[in-house]
Amino acid sequence: MSNVPSDLKYTKSHEWVRVDGDVVTVGITDHAQHELTDIVFVELPETGRKVKAGEPCAVVESVKTASDIYAPLSGEILEINQSVVDDPALVNKEPFAGGWFFKIRLSAPTDINSLLSPDKYQAQIKG
Amino acid sequence: MLKRTALFSAHQKLGARLIDFGGWEMPVQYTSIVDEHNAVRNAAGMFDISHMGEVTVSGAAAVEFLNRILTNDIRKLTPGLGQYTLMCNEQGGVIDDLYAYQLSAGVYLLVINASRIDPDVAWLKAQHEKFSGRDDVRLTDASHNYSAVAVQGPRVKDFIDAVIPGASVSAMRVPRVTDLKKNEIGGFKFGNGSVLVSRTGYTGEDGFEIVGEAGAIMSVWDKILQAGAAHGVKPCGLGARDTLRTEVCYPLYGHELDEQTTPIEAGVGFFVALDKGDFNGRSVLADQKAKGAKKKLVAFRMADRSAPPRPHYPIWVDGANAGVVTSGTQSPSLNAGIGMGYVPPASAGPGTKLEIEIRGKRFAAVVVKKPIYKVR
Repeated sequence: MSNVPSDLKYTKSHEWVRVDGDVVTVGITDHAQHELTDIVFVELPETGRKVKAGEPCAVVESVKTASDIYAPLSGEILEINQSVVDDPALVNKEPFAGGWFFKIRLSAPTDINSLLSPDKYQAQIKG
Repeated sequence: MLKRTALFSAHQKLGARLIDFGGWEMPVQYTSIVDEHNAVRNAAGMFDISHMGEVTVSGAAAVEFLNRILTNDIRKLTPGLGQYTLMCNEQGGVIDDLYAYQLSAGVYLLVINASRIDPDVAWLKAQHEKFSGRDDVRLTDASHNYSAVAVQGPRVKDFIDAVIPGASVSAMRVPRVTDLKKNEIGGFKFGNGSVLVSRTGYTGEDGFEIVGEAGAIMSVWDKILQAGAAHGVKPCGLGARDTLRTEVCYPLYGHELDEQTTPIEAGVGFFVALDKGDFNGRSVLADQKAKGAKKKLVAFRMADRSAPPRPHYPIWVDGANAGVVTSGTQSPSLNAGIGMGYVPPASAGPGTKLEIEIRGKRFAAVVVKKPIYKVR
């Protein structure tokens, strides 16, 4: 059973979003890391890059495949987590904590209403 | 509708993640590719290989027929011996790579790739049709009659005799399964029936492949999980099978081998017996062996930390696009990106610097001697 913390927002493509004013932290969910297993490489965007919601902006690679990670919301990449680049297994070990990917300064903070609630995401991964 | 093996419900029970592999619904992993890979390298792992095909060829002219259509010299086989061999078209292109066993005088078993059963059988039938001694050769596709498992790893020899006890009763006669040597095959009584056991595999490790009817193989599967538990046996999926064979540079049909590629180009010329008389593709293969081929399969290792190389990524040499990756992954044993691919012969020597293009950027790699990983 995958962990779906109640204080986060989610996307259909299995990113989680922690909202802090107009800055959001983004990672991949416990469900996603479990599906991927054995994450061996993470490629993150450059800080300062402008991203649009739904745009691929990072890559996570398991032994078997490479998967795109999408920007959940539009804005500018404010910070990236060098720790997951150095130790990709962090994404498997603590997807909601040390395994975060990047932070975005939102261009339109009201966009967060487009994200999935924990209940809706839970329902999606059950289905 | 995907085909399922007799072990399908066993995979479901073990929580396997299933994928489409050449039309078969097969486990790609049960827990983690890395854990399963390490189980095979350090202890033991078991694979469902029931999707593979089995063809029997028998009769007074079977040896002559097989020597016309396979590259290795089938006359080297005596009852109970097997060999790796290839089946080529007239241009020397590989129709399939396979194992041929002699079960008894004039009786041969060919174990072929799952994805190639239909083209192989069609090719074999066409070759049989035009073979002058066809009345003395009987060809049967027995793929639907057989299930199979592979059990691989350094600890397998410690429990396999308890799974399949007793002496063999056909093919290679040995007192116990563990008395079989590499490439030998024996028939053993098992339950109310029998199974064929060969000391072969696709991982580089010591181990066995066991072929039999569905009921027997379902029982072998359960017994291996029980008897092997204390030795660390794990059920393993196609994900680990792929990383294991890539580390030891075993070719996979559809990746390193296809109908446009010859055994010489693929680096398996050792299994082409040019001196045995005429056979399909011989003139092209002899020519390539004498004058060299246009492309050569190399093994490589990424020089620095990078994303893992993957099939179809371009290979660059001296700033020019020189070839393509056929297999690539993150090696769990070496914790490095590794792969195989085709390059011009001039760039095939160990130590040659390559670049692998990954998502538009090029990363340094170096040609290494095969196998990339040496089994301890």
